Amino acid sequence: MDTLAQLANGFGVALTPMNLVWSFTGVALGTAIGVLPGLGPALTIALLLPITYKVDATGAFILFAGIYYGAMYGGSTTSILLNTPGESATIITSLEGNKMARRGRGGAALATAAIGSFVAGTIGTMGLTFLAPIVVDFALKFGPAEYFSLMILAFVTVSAVLGNSAIRGLTALFFGIWLGLIGVDLQTGQARFTFGVLELLDGVNVIVVAVGLFAVGETIHLAARHRYGQDEILPVKDSLWMTREDWGRSWKAWLRGSAVGFPIGALPAGGAEVPTFLSYYMEKKLSKKPEEFGHGAIEGVAGPEAANNASAAGVLVPMLTLGLPTSATAAIMLSAFQSYGINPGPQLLMTQSNLVWGLIASLYIGNVMLLILNLPLIGLWVKILAIPAPLLYGGILVFATIGTYGISQSPIDLVLLYVIGGIGFLMRKYDFPTAPVIIGLILGPLAEQEFRRAMTIAQGDLTVLVTRPLSLTLLILAALALVGPHAYRWWAKAR
Amino acid sequence: MLTRRDMMLSTLAGSTALAAGFGPALAQAIDTLQIFVPAAPGGGWDQTGRTIEAVLKANKQIGNAQVTNVPGAGGAVGLPQFVNQWKGRQNSVMVAGMVMVGALIANKSPVNLTQTVPLARLTGEFEVIVVPGSSPHKDMKSLVEQLKKDVGSVSWAGGSAGGTDHILVGMIAKANGLDPKKAAYVAFSGGGPAQAALLGNQVTCGVSGWGEFSEQVKAGKLRALAISSDKRVAGLDIPTLKEQGIDVELFNWRGLFAPPGIADAERAKLTKMIEDMAASQAWKDELTKRDWMGILQTGKAYEDYIKSENTRIEAILKDLGLA
Repeated sequence: MDTLAQLANGFGVALTPMNLVWSFTGVALGTAIGVLPGLGPALTIALLLPITYKVDATGAFILFAGIYYGAMYGGSTTSILLNTPGESATIITSLEGNKMARRGRGGAALATAAIGSFVAGTIGTMGLTFLAPIVVDFALKFGPAEYFSLMILAFVTVSAVLGNSAIRGLTALFFGIWLGLIGVDLQTGQARFTFGVLELLDGVNVIVVAVGLFAVGETIHLAARHRYGQDEILPVKDSLWMTREDWGRSWKAWLRGSAVGFPIGALPAGGAEVPTFLSYYMEKKLSKKPEEFGHGAIEGVAGPEAANNASAAGVLVPMLTLGLPTSATAAIMLSAFQSYGINPGPQLLMTQSNLVWGLIASLYIGNVMLLILNLPLIGLWVKILAIPAPLLYGGILVFATIGTYGISQSPIDLVLLYVIGGIGFLMRKYDFPTAPVIIGLILGPLAEQEFRRAMTIAQGDLTVLVTRPLSLTLLILAALALVGPHAYRWWAKAR
Repeated sequence: MLTRRDMMLSTLAGSTALAAGFGPALAQAIDTLQIFVPAAPGGGWDQTGRTIEAVLKANKQIGNAQVTNVPGAGGAVGLPQFVNQWKGRQNSVMVAGMVMVGALIANKSPVNLTQTVPLARLTGEFEVIVVPGSSPHKDMKSLVEQLKKDVGSVSWAGGSAGGTDHILVGMIAKANGLDPKKAAYVAFSGGGPAQAALLGNQVTCGVSGWGEFSEQVKAGKLRALAISSDKRVAGLDIPTLKEQGIDVELFNWRGLFAPPGIADAERAKLTKMIEDMAASQAWKDELTKRDWMGILQTGKAYEDYIKSENTRIEAILKDLGLA
């Protein structure tokens, strides 16, 4: 009951008119920057840090949290409509979402993303309110060995996007892993595959690769096929909104996505992308219509979108309970605490109870605001698809270029964008799937670093991966996910 | 290049100027100060730059400031730009620090900090060595004993390889007659994951700036075994490495640099501006608030310091097998 009383107190703080204005400003700004590839919540909050000299702490944090949640909503819009992911956590959304949009189902895709984000954001915030201490205890049990096993489990999900030819899919996966290896190696400080280019020392940005492969690659592909007739893009087919069937297929995906996203988001090195991969895989395996995947299955939008929003709430768990910054955005928010002379740590909840509970309450309110803000916009957004294809794709190129330049204002990123766009075109032309590249790029370096950490700690003893119970469990799950479906089919046939 | 005007702050400064009518008798010698930050917004150098901006404006030492962020590779991307494109530019300073010295050496950068005009060392942060609350180690002696018994059995969590944390681990190993390369250093990409590994008992000990661990130590979740300062820090009940028989001293410093090719008068003007700022109450308040230690050093002394740091860090990185 104590939690409820404090939450009520938090609502008292968050519902003051000024704080409502901050919350609304935050979610609106967050939605806008989420739409733009490149400009993410971390950079936006960093640029807004000077307001900490002028605004009181509660107001500033409500604004920042609004931006953070809003960006998670906004990122899906361009993924779905333009195949141009605004955030790395919404890359998976574009796989099915953009296919839906091209079939005239963009309205339903945006709606399931928005409502799913609301449902998952609210579930995640409830998890943050009531389960934070339990979740954080669990999260701390994850050492490098466990993370490595989790990454192995996540690698299995690549099978959901491999396409018809395993060899082509795996080629794409290893190309992605190679891209991920570019840059200074964290464990030894040595540069790998940078070819003397200073800008490559920090590695290749995931957004540049995703936008290059998806948006630029597809634009070139379309332009190349222009004279042979073109794919028709339908702005709206049948109804703009979700049908009864859409609802029936979405709600379970929302709940499953939230269940995966929140705990993994709370892991200090879990990240927002891993749960979206896992959710996509789960939805494809559990769907009654798996054949629709790759052609615009609504579960493939609903699940990953829910997972990414729930993980955003999860990230706040270690930040507010232990003062641990586990994502770029959380790190910037913690540095904002310091501008107020507040040292975020394990006692934050006790010493700054009003601030923290006001912040949590504002997350509930922000979620409602985001839903109200985003649903009416759907009708407007899908009109973008009515733009004639040459203009639309020209616009996408401009948008992708500006967004990429915005990431770090580096011309090298632009060169990379178009080189990768060219590769994406060739991959499409020769029927290689592009999604495994992204999975390899994100998971490859994570798995590598965690493996090497685990080996350094264990002095090279490989058995730590199976002698630690949690790690073993994750590896067994990975094995089951990999061979389980085949074994089941074989067993069913044998009967 | 990211260029931005702090509309918010300039209006703030404007309104306080109006309210105060006339400020302290500090001459406003500089209209617009250009601050070059070779790192992304939000990091340590960016915050230093931003704080300098706010304090200088509050003191009315400058009219306005413009911050330019060029992130990448511990400053190795930004520095060549500052040395080449900003050459001879007036009213310009760059924020950098010890991390850059290491990053430049490790990345075999063709440019280094001695090619700039060192203006002033401003702040420093000591490193602490911590263990999880439940660790059997109560002091450095027992940790070093284990280290000498089996150097690989002590895992150290810290920041990226070749950074300040790693350098300290190398120095400790060397001071105890061990090969720094053999130390089981586990690099994490940020303070959060490193602290989580410590709180979850995944590693033997951790090394980082005091500010990173202070709250966890105060809450009793982590125990500080040693601090890397030359003598005890007031208010902190943490013994130094030296008093525990390890002759090692290290702090992570940050300072300001001017572009090459500026006139001596320009250098003197900027140095004066920094000295006035460092003496002001507003700056001292920021230091307390942010847990920074003021270690002002200017002129020739600072120039020599940069040279000696270059030599010292290069030697340590060689010991670690990174340079």
